[in-house]
Amino acid sequence: MLSVEGVSFNYGPHPALREVSLRVEPGEIVCLLGANGAGKTTLMNVISGLARPQQGKVLLAGRELSGLKPSRVVEAGVAQVPEGRQLFAPLSVRENLELGAFSRRSRGERQEVARDMERALAMFPVLAQRLGQPAGTLSGGEQQMLAMARALMARPKVLLMDEPTLGLAPLVTREIFDVIRRLPASGASVLLVEQNALGALSVAQRGYIITSGQIRFSGTSREILGDVLLREAFLGPEKVTAAGEVRR
Amino acid sequence: MTGGEQLAQYLMSGLTTGSIYALVALGFCLIHKATHIVNFAQGDFLSLGGLMMYSLLHWAGLPAPLAFVLAVAAVALVGAALERLAIRPAKSRDAMVLIFITVAASMFMRGIFKEVWGKQALAMPPLSPDVALKFLGATFTPQNLWVLGITLAAIALLSFFFRATLTGKAMRAVAANPRAAALMGIDTDRMVLYSFALAGALGGLAGVIITPITTLNYQVGVMMGLKGFASAVLGGYGSFTGAIAGGLALGLLESLATGVVSSAYKDLIAFVILLAVLFVRPGGLLGRAQQVRV
Repeated sequence: MLSVEGVSFNYGPHPALREVSLRVEPGEIVCLLGANGAGKTTLMNVISGLARPQQGKVLLAGRELSGLKPSRVVEAGVAQVPEGRQLFAPLSVRENLELGAFSRRSRGERQEVARDMERALAMFPVLAQRLGQPAGTLSGGEQQMLAMARALMARPKVLLMDEPTLGLAPLVTREIFDVIRRLPASGASVLLVEQNALGALSVAQRGYIITSGQIRFSGTSREILGDVLLREAFLGPEKVTAAGEVRR
Repeated sequence: MTGGEQLAQYLMSGLTTGSIYALVALGFCLIHKATHIVNFAQGDFLSLGGLMMYSLLHWAGLPAPLAFVLAVAAVALVGAALERLAIRPAKSRDAMVLIFITVAASMFMRGIFKEVWGKQALAMPPLSPDVALKFLGATFTPQNLWVLGITLAAIALLSFFFRATLTGKAMRAVAANPRAAALMGIDTDRMVLYSFALAGALGGLAGVIITPITTLNYQVGVMMGLKGFASAVLGGYGSFTGAIAGGLALGLLESLATGVVSSAYKDLIAFVILLAVLFVRPGGLLGRAQQVRV
């Protein structure tokens, strides 16, 4: 479905990604693990068309995405839930959701969009009570749910999620992971970037580990979890909190 | 004339010029929301609206309603062209550089206006024949009513556009968070282009309706542009409601001051108010729009 092939990206003279390759198959949840500054967000931006790779390409079902404007990437079927939510704070919850479906405006899908809105509200009932409220007034967890619901309104084939649980309470974190687990059933494969490695591995089938812009390991979640050395080497010595969060 | 009648007279003329300031201030506001810059060519959009209307009526001999629509559309196109040809290709995204591009565009436009339309004042006919109307002791012409009515209609349309259409919401989204807007599939460049076109349309509209009352020449918009800018600052730069309130307030204050003090100080009022606002809330009104981003 989504494949990244040999992508390199430099910020000026500083390499941020070096020949990164990864794949996300239909119906799969794949996580990308790594420390701060390892290049995870840069890779998300390259896939979404916000940054142009100096080398390599991004393909969706065989069609090249690299070089397209971000708006075209969304239309092709790759949506992103950016780090820090990035909602349209002064706009209402409803307007945020409507704009999530902006890429579908010319396809005459009015009724489908309306139905998807209902489905999104069923998935995140808390948003249904807040439809008229400015998005900036929601709590952190609610904002994350809105950000996810908004991205799903584009009906993506692949959903990129950048640190969806960052800064959220354990209970909310669990709720978010529950939603992510259900996404493939609704038609979206997921590429999940997380620092919460245990949480991510509990929902993902496979994972990649990235350090200093290079993929160092890839395997099933079980393989990564089972490999103590790998955990020590790439995720650091860890303490696992009661919420299942890994702290280093 | 009794005191009450005089007051009614000042209110009427204050609301009329205030409407124009509001339209110009809305133009400033639109472009500020989209790009965070001040567009110094906003006043020239007003001049061009009047000049186009004049030409379409007198040179092309078109009927007034058609000339009206075409004049506004032409200025909208010029607004779009300013964005597409001068702002977007600029290598720098620095606000200061972009602002100076609009200053240059303003001087460039004024030079062309002077070449095409000359320096002398042109006589612009009102939208409907002038007759003296009286209401509550105030004397006015149908053109005053046109200005008020068209301004109200424009504000209503604008607010409908931003509240009820997907494109309008997308433009607000770009103002709130351009990066997220791009990630939602919104073509941010195009929304900025629309903002310039709308600002052009508003300026052009102001020029078409006010020049029969004031006068028409190649630089009539310069002072109006400055007053519109003062209105926008007065209302809280970047706020739509503030732009409208600021415009009306400035128009009324100016008109009352002219009546009470002297018409010689009419233009002074606007700038005293502008300075007062900037002194009392230095940067505060400008800063608010940026704080909204969460």
